[in-house]
Amino acid sequence: MVRADFAAIAKWISPNTQVLDLGCGDGSFLDYLQKQKPVHAYGVEIDDARVLSCVQKGLNVIQQNLEGGLALFENDSFDTVVLSQTLQTIHQTEKILREVVRVGKESVISFPNFGHWSHRLSVGLGHMPVSKSLPYQWYNTPNVRVLTVADFEKLASSLGLKIIDQCILHEGREVTLLPNLFGSLGLFRIRRA
Amino acid sequence: MSELHLSRNTIHFAEPLPLQSGAVLSGYDLVIETYGKLNADKSNAVLICHALNASHHVAGANPDDPTDIGWWDNMIGPGKPVDTDHFFVIGVNNLGSCFGSTGPMSLNPASGKPYGADFPVITVEDWVNTQARLADKLGIRRFVAVMGGSLGGMQAMAWAIQFPKRIEHCVVIASTPKLSAQNIAFNEVARNAILSDPDFHGGNYYEYGVVPKRGLRLARMVGHITYLSDDDMAEKFGRELQRPNGESHDYRFSFNVEFEVESYLHHQGEKFSTYFDANTYLLVTRALDYFDPSRRYGGSLNRALAEVQAKFLVVSFSTDWRFPPNRSREIVQSLLSNKSEVSYAEIDAPHGHDAFLLEDPRYHNLIRAYFGQMQRSRK
Repeated sequence: MVRADFAAIAKWISPNTQVLDLGCGDGSFLDYLQKQKPVHAYGVEIDDARVLSCVQKGLNVIQQNLEGGLALFENDSFDTVVLSQTLQTIHQTEKILREVVRVGKESVISFPNFGHWSHRLSVGLGHMPVSKSLPYQWYNTPNVRVLTVADFEKLASSLGLKIIDQCILHEGREVTLLPNLFGSLGLFRIRRA
Repeated sequence: MSELHLSRNTIHFAEPLPLQSGAVLSGYDLVIETYGKLNADKSNAVLICHALNASHHVAGANPDDPTDIGWWDNMIGPGKPVDTDHFFVIGVNNLGSCFGSTGPMSLNPASGKPYGADFPVITVEDWVNTQARLADKLGIRRFVAVMGGSLGGMQAMAWAIQFPKRIEHCVVIASTPKLSAQNIAFNEVARNAILSDPDFHGGNYYEYGVVPKRGLRLARMVGHITYLSDDDMAEKFGRELQRPNGESHDYRFSFNVEFEVESYLHHQGEKFSTYFDANTYLLVTRALDYFDPSRRYGGSLNRALAEVQAKFLVVSFSTDWRFPPNRSREIVQSLLSNKSEVSYAEIDAPHGHDAFLLEDPRYHNLIRAYFGQMQRSRK
């Protein structure tokens, strides 16, 4: 099964470009992307089993912890840096965003939207939300940051990042009406201002 | 169960070999072992490069001594991570070594005596040139992979630089783009132990019928410390006293072997001094010291690696303090800067530098996956 945001992210990536996927997991996105269009790509992943999956798929993968920054990568060395549903798992949010826009001429950030109405309702009723986009219990979630689409826009602005494009999804479809309320997944295409 | 198809050969090279030092070696032998079968178009060959004290005997049981198992037998063989059912694997004893290939112990045709101190200094690049000539002899135009750990990893890297079209995959494990001052310092202590042994006789000890054993023992002892991690030593020996027969655990207040770790180092040193040649030890540690592909490029590893075409797999081990992960990352960083194909794995293993020789499921699964993918993409 292809994750809902894969197609939306792939749309923003031009063929024959250099792509870096941070927190690439088992390499599903890069595998998908390379079947869609010719790109030269590397993934970055910390988990042993996921690194192994990437190697099995024949992908270039670099094992490292994103919390340490991106010292291995030079300024503007990639056309697109992808941070797909990974931002919410990193403690040093500002640091990684600065690093992402340093290394990438453009970047795509996606994250689950805590502002979706069902999440708000759940908290309103006294419980942390569990949904398709936040599929964990509060005690076993890998997510260490919870944010909404509106929160991201605010942080991007304070870090001096330019939002080139955005696409808020729910159940794989784009939401245009009150996206911070009806969207469960935020995708932003950004660069240094 | 499929077979290893071990075969051992000595190959003579009559054409003179110009060395990096400017010296020329008139002719030489290389001993090789091969495993598996070379396919019809000779496109499934993997070259294994050895580190300091190893040899061509990489896998399986030595035909002359069944208890002598190859140094990387856990990695290479039928159904193993580097699967000899698919790949034709070559182990080669490097020039200057002491396991059958021409080295300081061999007869110098010019003098009719062993080379001894007259054997020329050999570099990693020289080794790679001899390995390329070996490939020519075997009719192998291109290796599907060249692989090595530590000093062997340096040879794999040098292959990708010197013969970019002749190597498809470069597997560099627990290695470094060049030695640090600390690494050279340890080598120098080891060399000095040998050079200052009265039995060394300026390198011509063969003529005196002696071996600088004390020097070799010390060299091995100091080397061995750098192969193990602090934690590994703590786990293996701690502060245990050497008391084989249930003797009293009081200190003996002497300078004889007192702690287990001392006993272990003495044992390693003693064992080594019976099978390894002192001149070879000098040569090989010097080859380590000299290795620095960036040197010709004003210190730029990026430029040294600019022409490589091979895909790289770089592997380091978290507790390796001889060639720690940071040194592997330097290689990775340059490859990334050049937009070369590279994967990098950092294995969290407790065994220090020696981890590259040991069986660890994360490490072996990774190599298996990499060679498996190689095999699939070749079909």
